[in-house]
Amino acid sequence: MAMTLSQKILAAHAGLDNVVAGQLITADLDLVLGNDITSPVAIKEIQAHGGGNVFDKSKVALVMDHFVPNKDIKSAEQCKCCREFAHAQGVENFFDVGQMGIEHALLPEKGLVGAGDLVIGADSHTCTYGALGAFSTGVGSTDMAYGMLTGKAWFKVPSAIKVVLKGKKPTHVSGKDVILHLIGVIGVSGALYKSLEFTGDGCADMTMDDRLTICNMAIEAGAKNGIFACDDITLAYLGEHCKKTPKIFAADKDAEYEREVVIELDKLKPTVSFPHLPENTHTVDEIGDIRIDQVVIGSCTNGRISDLRAAAEVLKGRKVNENVRTIIIPATQSIYMQALKEGLIEIFIEAGAVVSTPTCGPCLGGYMGILASGEKCVATTNRNFVGRMGATDSEIYLASPYVAACSAVLGKIGVL
Amino acid sequence: MKGFVHKYKDNVNTDEIIPARYLNDSSPAALAAHCMEDIDRDFVKKVHAGDIIVAEKNFGCGSSREHAPISIKASGVSCVIACDFARIFFRNCINIGLPILECPEAAKDAENGDEMEVDLVTGSIKNLTKGKEYSVPPFPPEIRAIIARGGLLNK
Repeated sequence: MAMTLSQKILAAHAGLDNVVAGQLITADLDLVLGNDITSPVAIKEIQAHGGGNVFDKSKVALVMDHFVPNKDIKSAEQCKCCREFAHAQGVENFFDVGQMGIEHALLPEKGLVGAGDLVIGADSHTCTYGALGAFSTGVGSTDMAYGMLTGKAWFKVPSAIKVVLKGKKPTHVSGKDVILHLIGVIGVSGALYKSLEFTGDGCADMTMDDRLTICNMAIEAGAKNGIFACDDITLAYLGEHCKKTPKIFAADKDAEYEREVVIELDKLKPTVSFPHLPENTHTVDEIGDIRIDQVVIGSCTNGRISDLRAAAEVLKGRKVNENVRTIIIPATQSIYMQALKEGLIEIFIEAGAVVSTPTCGPCLGGYMGILASGEKCVATTNRNFVGRMGATDSEIYLASPYVAACSAVLGKIGVL
Repeated sequence: MKGFVHKYKDNVNTDEIIPARYLNDSSPAALAAHCMEDIDRDFVKKVHAGDIIVAEKNFGCGSSREHAPISIKASGVSCVIACDFARIFFRNCINIGLPILECPEAAKDAENGDEMEVDLVTGSIKNLTKGKEYSVPPFPPEIRAIIARGGLLNK
């Protein structure tokens, strides 16, 4: 029976010629990921069940990124737990302060994920690596523990939605606008248990950073994974970053999809998700006068160099509004360094923004930009749930780095 | 298992089940102390051992934090019933042995304070307050095996 791209990768890792949607399989993993919040739970589970060794020291990645540099004693203890485990087990890909970055920006940059890989991570945004042509999905800490010990995980084979991208994006429309638009169309549970497979001639107009942002937010539509087929753009990126030989899979021509959604890229406009769900989308031209208190540009969704460049293009020679605390967070050390070399950091500081070391910090209301009661924030992050960035009656508006930077200057949501 | 219903709407996310500001401590007791805090401030005071959380669509969406089902389980909740669940939350519940059932009819009918009884072996759900009975198909054998041994890591 014909298979989708996601099903092809799962079948290959389960040693099966064929899989069908709904089938339960056990598959071999190419990488198991965890962070400073989810890994301690997995490590304690392993210890509580009699210990054991990781299945492959090169196929486990532990990234200290959520509450790092540590925000309090308890966070420091969690990192200590990870650090001691990594050292005792000889985990090769342990990233601590100084080497770390936000995990989903860091792993592609370090070449740890290749095309055709099967990856699980104890972080819901692990779906990001679909941009590289991998099947990659978020799991919990127990799956991570089991994966670290055995190199395997159980999966229910997903059905899929085909997302056909057509044409080219207008200026100032980015991958973020594409995924926010899609979530607005299908809803936050529109792809529940399913794959989102991106295809169409518009893929050629999607840079790797666009694809990473799009796949990153597949989970916000409930998807198990988001994926772009490996093409020249993927191979160029992997050639620069990854030593693994790409395993190139393609969906069968007659693969069955539950639904097809067509996005005409040239008709898209900068898009903003209103509180408190990513599906509450509005195009920027239909937004009234919404004054804001804070802007956050960063996260695993939009903290890459192209995101910082988009923000700098707006902020160069301008000042952020005096009422808007503007926080910019390069996602990795390498991105930070690149931004420094390009003069972007100087532009941000001149504009009145602050620039932080890589951290997930404010995205999940950890630290480094918590909102007070009633405050409003435009963020390039991925979730605008109740209380996500602070007080339960604060509000988060999700947008692209371009819209966020313009809003910082204007003091309200909008574009220049 | 038998208990009283705590009823919630669509799209309850894991940030609401356990806010990230409490994720610097993963002990079940610490997490249970803040369970549902941002959506139902008094939940921790109201909940009794055996109670049942009932919600509508897409329960447990958002972050993969296993702290969410851990906090629910440690708060004494015996079972979660919903129209459907976000997939990471679903597998986390299976993996830690927190019973969950997908039953749109039972989920929609139930109201706060209803008394419900669940039999996981037969797949029977009774709303004793409303005098209604529902049934759900059993999990596939592979999933039942994980539940039967009390979690994925148990032998």
